[in-house]
Amino acid sequence: MKTMTIRLTVNAESKEWSIAPGDLLLDVLRREGYFGVKRGCEKGECGSCTVLVDGSAINSCLMFAAQADGRQVLTIEGLAHGDTLDPLQEAFLDHGAAQCGFCTPGMILAAKALLNRNPNPSEAEVREVMTGNYCRCTGYVKPVAAVLAAAKASRRAR
Amino acid sequence: MSTTVVGKNLRKVDGVKLVTGGAAFTDDIQLPGLLYGKILPSPHAHARIVRIDATRARALAGVHAVLTYKDVPRVPHTTAGQAWPEPSPYDTYLLDSKVRFVGDRVAAVAAETRAIAGKALGLIEVEYEVLPAVLDMEQAMAPGAAVIHDEPDSTKIFDRQRNIAGYILREIGNVEEGFRECDLVIEREFRTGRQQHCAIEPHVSIAWLDADARLVIRTSTQVPYHTRRQCAQILQIPVSRIRVVKPRIGGGFGGKQEMLLEDITGALALAARRPVKIEFTRTEEFYMARTRHPQILRMKMGAKRDGTIVASQMTVLATTGAYGSHASTVQGNTGSKVLPLYRAQHMRFECHVVYTNTPVAGAFRGYGCPQGFFAQESVVDELANELRMDPVEFRRRNAIRLGDIDRLSAQLGEGREGLPRVIRSCGLSQCLDRGAAAIGWERKRKARPRPGHLKRGVGVSCTMQGSGIAGIDWASAFLKMNEDGSFYLQAGASDVGGGADTVLSQIAAETLGVTLDKIVITSGDTDITPFDVGAYASSTTIISGGAVRKAAEKVRAQALAVAARMLDTAPENLTCGANLVSTVGAHPKSVTMTDIAMQAMYKDKLQIMDGASHYNTDSPPPFCATFAEVEVDTETGQVRVVHLVSAVDPGTAINPMQAEGQVEGAVAQGIGYALTEELLLDELGRPRNPNFLDYKMFTAKDMPKLTAILAETDEPLGPYGAKSISEVPINGPAPAIANAIYHAVGIRIRKLPIRPEDVLRELRAAGNL
Repeated sequence: MKTMTIRLTVNAESKEWSIAPGDLLLDVLRREGYFGVKRGCEKGECGSCTVLVDGSAINSCLMFAAQADGRQVLTIEGLAHGDTLDPLQEAFLDHGAAQCGFCTPGMILAAKALLNRNPNPSEAEVREVMTGNYCRCTGYVKPVAAVLAAAKASRRAR
Repeated sequence: MSTTVVGKNLRKVDGVKLVTGGAAFTDDIQLPGLLYGKILPSPHAHARIVRIDATRARALAGVHAVLTYKDVPRVPHTTAGQAWPEPSPYDTYLLDSKVRFVGDRVAAVAAETRAIAGKALGLIEVEYEVLPAVLDMEQAMAPGAAVIHDEPDSTKIFDRQRNIAGYILREIGNVEEGFRECDLVIEREFRTGRQQHCAIEPHVSIAWLDADARLVIRTSTQVPYHTRRQCAQILQIPVSRIRVVKPRIGGGFGGKQEMLLEDITGALALAARRPVKIEFTRTEEFYMARTRHPQILRMKMGAKRDGTIVASQMTVLATTGAYGSHASTVQGNTGSKVLPLYRAQHMRFECHVVYTNTPVAGAFRGYGCPQGFFAQESVVDELANELRMDPVEFRRRNAIRLGDIDRLSAQLGEGREGLPRVIRSCGLSQCLDRGAAAIGWERKRKARPRPGHLKRGVGVSCTMQGSGIAGIDWASAFLKMNEDGSFYLQAGASDVGGGADTVLSQIAAETLGVTLDKIVITSGDTDITPFDVGAYASSTTIISGGAVRKAAEKVRAQALAVAARMLDTAPENLTCGANLVSTVGAHPKSVTMTDIAMQAMYKDKLQIMDGASHYNTDSPPPFCATFAEVEVDTETGQVRVVHLVSAVDPGTAINPMQAEGQVEGAVAQGIGYALTEELLLDELGRPRNPNFLDYKMFTAKDMPKLTAILAETDEPLGPYGAKSISEVPINGPAPAIANAIYHAVGIRIRKLPIRPEDVLRELRAAGNL
């Protein structure tokens, strides 16, 4: 089998991985132990494999690992700073926004990308962004509330 | 009763690992030598395998096992995760020489990569004798219809020659007489669609042989103990040789109260002598996993002019698909949990559950009630309108209430005689009051119609459910104390994402007088935790929680006995709270839980520990009132839900934040069931929309404003007064929305989902367009 080497940054750590050209970023990340990247549909429909690539939220099932060469990838494992959780993670806990937790990493990362570019989003903007992340447990009420609360907490901290 | 842990909005005990991406779920492990299992699905709805040859597949490099029906034991069983003896038919085989729906198992392989496994499937040569298929449930019992279960060794099928998996007939009073007494009788037909659970985590099982050659199955299940027992039965190995481990589960909703993959994954691991994983793709989920039962219901209700409901009758035809998993039990609920909501003197429920060559139906949140309540609550609404009574008041006047005995439930148990249900707590009236206020009922019912093509209306429905299966569901729990004054809780219960681990830990902490961080919980591992039937029938909080409370009371007594010696007093003079045990009275003396633990372990040589089992002989119903405000576009037929209010009586809420989350999630699924979600089949029985683009679930943007209201009561049979909450809110949205559509534009839609074309057709037929 043909292999190739990619060099990328994952959660601020440099990585050099040997992959097959057809490998999906989702599969490579899970193979490397980033289990927070979830497989829900492999068709770009559910959003549970969302990661940030150079700050943008993408479905890692729709991206070849080879396309991540030279880029910065952030997975849910890299969001907290040591034991200090990101305000989004804190808000998800405080609001009961994670039920089964399977879609949660994707939701939090999609929200992270939003807050990075818009620290003060409206509820409609939050809902618009989260449309890419199916959740079957929560009815989205508490996740949306958590994102708005995290945005507020982050603004206050700034 | 004042509590310090119960009733508080505490964070989930497993929350941090979920928000940080901890390796929590079934597939979040890496096993050396793992093989990828794959199932060859039937391309035909109904066919006999006349020849199957796996020689070429077995010869493919990287293939370690190929199984066909010739290679496995033939053991009739049910895949329904139910207590033994399961009431569902034993009509399923690990692999069979006949296939009964598109997607049915033909063969299975285990190979070194997914790609090799896929290639191997293509190398299995199968010759089918295609049989006539029965796709329409109304044709299933017709003379000359193909017999789907013609195999002689299946058991517990009601009438195999007529494709009837189960039949139910129950009556209290005499409905014919009852209808004669009525001033008004309404009878209508309803049809409901095939909804799928769509847990975001697909079904996945990993099986391997441990160092002692025991079969370990790590799996996304709601029922680890039933799965262990059933795998032992099917694979013909002792229960003691199997361990089932339930890690975090990415949503269940009933879809994982089912042994879908564990048996075949285990068989492949035994054959290959290597670890094997089978994980459904999303497409496979739609083809091979379970659905809600489609039903055709005839609902007849009669009332007197004064607004008293006298008689109600429900006649149901349902299809279980190709196998009878949960066939009679789901449909039994359609009658037993729905009709008794109103105090009719006369009630009759009759149901045929038929086989068809369609995807298999199974357990799904609500378990037969969403169908039944759609029919009943629509007819109740019509009765109220005909009698010129407010639909809220009409319901309140007729609804079951405190002290009532529900006699129908006594006749309709889990596939057998049930137990009478006594209403010991009932918050339905409170639900109606608070729900009506939240939606603005009085004002909006009287509002003048708006000009233009966007018409608004409000509708209501009342529903109930159970809390565990009376006399059948039971659970156990075990607690032991650690040196630091913390407690290790082993619960058989299966947290499938709803937060059971947190709720059970809160009950333990409250009873022991410690803070929540002092409870460490392990649940759902058949080697480590004691028995529990599993997460279904809204049983976990009341039944598993009851076991935890009992175990904690025993352990508390042991801790108090040690403390009494330390404080030179009697245990009855002691109280515990905030991690301390203190004497009661003016000058309290205290010891910490840590002091007690150290004393017990290193001086008294005593492990403070105990366990308990628990069941109830009754199933206290949670109640729910659902209010919907809709906007109907008379030009397009589009129905938009503007606001949905779900007011629920769950007994007490052990964790109100989590309880609200259950309501919101159930309502989201209920709105999908009402308006958009349906797995469609083509003329050959193949799913037409097996993906999330064409199977429409609501996204964050589609959701209406949701209001969840907890109308708490105190249930004597529940731990700290708790009943249940996870299922009952799903029953309400469909009828509330249908009734709101009537209020908005004067048409009754009697099928689910309610699509724009249905609304337009009815508007035209009614001349309202």
